Amino acid sequence: MTTTTTAPVGPRTLPPLGPTRKLKVPKQAERTLRNGLTVIAVRRPAVPLVELRLWVPFGRVHLARGAMLSQTMLSGTESMTSVQIAAELQKVGGGLSAGVDPDRLMLSGAGLVTGLDRMLELLAEVLTGASYPSDEVATERDRLVDRIQVAQSQPAHLAREALLKRIYGRHPYATQTPEPGQIRAVRPAALRAVHSERVHPAGAQLVLVGDVQPEKALDAAERALGGWSGAGRTAELPATPPLEPGPLLLIDRPGSVQSSLRIALPAVSRTDPDHAPLQLANLIFGGYFSSRWVENIREDKGYTYGPHSVIEHSVAGSVLVAAADVATEVTGPALLETTYELGRLASLPPKPEELEQARQYALGTLQLGMSTQAGLAALTSAYAGNGLRLDFLAEYAARLAKASIDDVARAAARYLAPARAAIVVLGDAERVTPGLAALTTVQTEQET
Amino acid sequence: MAARRSRIPATKYPVERFTLDNGLRVVLTPDRSAPVIGVAVVYDVGIRSEPEGRTGFAHLFEHLMFQGSENLEKLAHFRHVQGAGGTFNGSTHLDYTDYFETLPSNALERALFLEADRMRGPRLTEENLRNQVDVVKEEIRVNVLNRPYGGFPWLTLPPVMFDTFPNAHDGYGSFDDLESATVADAADFFRRYYASGNAVLAVSGDIDVAEATELVTRHFGDVPARPAPQRPDFTEPDLTAERRTSYTDALAPLPAVAGAWRVPDPVTDFAGYLPYVVLAEVLTDGDASRLVERLVQRDRTVTSLGGYLGFMGDPFDVRDPTALLLQAHLPPGGDVDKVLRTIDEELDRLAADGLTDGELARTQARMATHLLRDTDAVLGRALRMAVLEQQRGEPGLLNELPRLVGEVTEEQVRAAAATLRPERRAAIEVIAGGVR
Repeated sequence: MTTTTTAPVGPRTLPPLGPTRKLKVPKQAERTLRNGLTVIAVRRPAVPLVELRLWVPFGRVHLARGAMLSQTMLSGTESMTSVQIAAELQKVGGGLSAGVDPDRLMLSGAGLVTGLDRMLELLAEVLTGASYPSDEVATERDRLVDRIQVAQSQPAHLAREALLKRIYGRHPYATQTPEPGQIRAVRPAALRAVHSERVHPAGAQLVLVGDVQPEKALDAAERALGGWSGAGRTAELPATPPLEPGPLLLIDRPGSVQSSLRIALPAVSRTDPDHAPLQLANLIFGGYFSSRWVENIREDKGYTYGPHSVIEHSVAGSVLVAAADVATEVTGPALLETTYELGRLASLPPKPEELEQARQYALGTLQLGMSTQAGLAALTSAYAGNGLRLDFLAEYAARLAKASIDDVARAAARYLAPARAAIVVLGDAERVTPGLAALTTVQTEQET
Repeated sequence: MAARRSRIPATKYPVERFTLDNGLRVVLTPDRSAPVIGVAVVYDVGIRSEPEGRTGFAHLFEHLMFQGSENLEKLAHFRHVQGAGGTFNGSTHLDYTDYFETLPSNALERALFLEADRMRGPRLTEENLRNQVDVVKEEIRVNVLNRPYGGFPWLTLPPVMFDTFPNAHDGYGSFDDLESATVADAADFFRRYYASGNAVLAVSGDIDVAEATELVTRHFGDVPARPAPQRPDFTEPDLTAERRTSYTDALAPLPAVAGAWRVPDPVTDFAGYLPYVVLAEVLTDGDASRLVERLVQRDRTVTSLGGYLGFMGDPFDVRDPTALLLQAHLPPGGDVDKVLRTIDEELDRLAADGLTDGELARTQARMATHLLRDTDAVLGRALRMAVLEQQRGEPGLLNELPRLVGEVTEEQVRAAAATLRPERRAAIEVIAGGVR
């Protein structure tokens, strides 16, 4: 081994950690308005800003109409144009954006805290008066079609689409991106219909986080949004189907210089007793940089740049997804090492120091996630959308703290066993098939 | 109705600065509002400093800094940071390379130990070098070669705008150059650029200044002193005639274009530079901005648009020469010439007619939000202050930025717009080759 400097006086030892600071949940208040909207306000006064997240349940909304609704919701109201809405928000340092997924419509924004009242007024204006003007809808329709076309040229997007279809079958989660042709068929009248039917306060959650007095923020929200009404339809999503193992699905993308490897494994919701031990098992496998998978296929073998695995929670179910983009020529070996690491963790208990390291990471990153207004807003909203409140953080931390080696080994055996995996690979089939077929049954499909 | 002006708020992050005997500059900025800290070490070396024939070396070296050091085996750095509940990373810029962690505050001393250890000497071995060359090649494949618009425009526009190797070459590097890099190259690069006198350490968040000062001194005090190398002059003359190129991106389904103009020196002429930072936002921040309203909403000649200062979007941590960039994606069959002509027209109109009532104030209010939001994270604060210290000796400027942005006048923005002439522009067009 070569080092660049002369040898030190003697080995230096790693300093110990100081005493752990207890997780403190910030001050918050909650109120459910008469129209059914739940408002949660959390105080974090570090900078004179406020973060806003409005979660509207949006399950089973027509895919293309939902996507177009989020694309055009801020395009105008009876009294304001899209430019006026944007300019009025800008005046208070604010902005709003809208997005959809199969669970929810989300309106997000941030601005100077002195502009909170104004941001809420403008939010209310859009919620109660979005008019979907024909010209703007036509513009946004073309833009969305182009964006989808660009997405469909991205390997990460294509691999994700294939994985969702593979694991969700006939469940509404199976397809999350509409086809351009479906988008082209959406007319303003359909958007107004979806809006009146589904954008209503019952069951919705508004989260405000920042330099606010929580009770006063609730009052402000009630003043602005108390008049938002409209009884509409709600829709329950069926539970996601159990993961069906089967042959590896290979999507041919001729000429790819990398293969996108995606593996789905079963997981449980945040409130399940298995969740904390599974989270720890996931970290040990591939959920952070100091995991077995990263150390193996990146730091030892150099097959890939950014492998990672994560538990994704949706309203109707949870799933663990492992993802790595690997050089075409090592696609087979990368799958071999991946299956090896999953199998090893599912068969043998982790070492105590591995578990402690993962535990400290899980607990520490909870603190980090709560240390900004934006982080707290994201967390509070994700929890609220799944029926939880911030106090669940303390409970989760306690579960992480007490999960034993046996608990983690049991979770790994139950959820991480490679026999339970659904595997999708996007890559150059001609070049990667032999290597993959040596390890498992392969079923090939053309890229669509 | 006359525009009401939102008061631009400021932060008051305290700043303590000192320099160790070995030349390491230190910035401490305490904030006890959450039990977390940000630690950043910034070295004054970046893509522009890598030697000819060694494209991508600064970035490759960044990877090598994570591969073990005097008292730490390979993988130990990652494990110790994450095992303390923290996260880490590093990044290579045109003018600097940074290394950083954000952690629960009880891990302060550990983070300092880890950074000091690799400042004394990373483990530069053949095995680590070959491994990280492979990893970097996969990084380039995933970010550039295997995806549409890879490297657009940050890798593809500089060679149009600039002529000298430091400013014009591919900072991710060619596979040939990466593969031929040697351990001796790395040792040389370390000796020259990773000197204590060429580095800044910044710590932000839940710290006690006296205690942190003592810990910094304990861990970094005996890092061998080496002076900062002389930074070469990277200056290049401004363009006097428009430059245009194009290339076919085999994966891209739709056309795209980016254009850039040189701007005043961000460090020596900050007052002259700031109006351009504001101008970029006036042009492109949201639906109420000039170019979005015109090109996206009205003409429908582009589908998305962005504008920013610095090739990596880093207006306050870049040195001269740099640029104001505009980039746009076009619909199928879109006309790039027409888009560039419209941009020229709008710049002329802005220069001639000025801004509308309230246009500047609202843009400035929004910029203040962005600046404050970025510094809400302790790590954002540490990184920004470290670079401000390194390039300007002025970390406290962070507190002043929202106000200074707010003081830019309409006259200055008009004057800035007037300089963005087509004959000073470098532009690059992506021709869609991805037919589906």
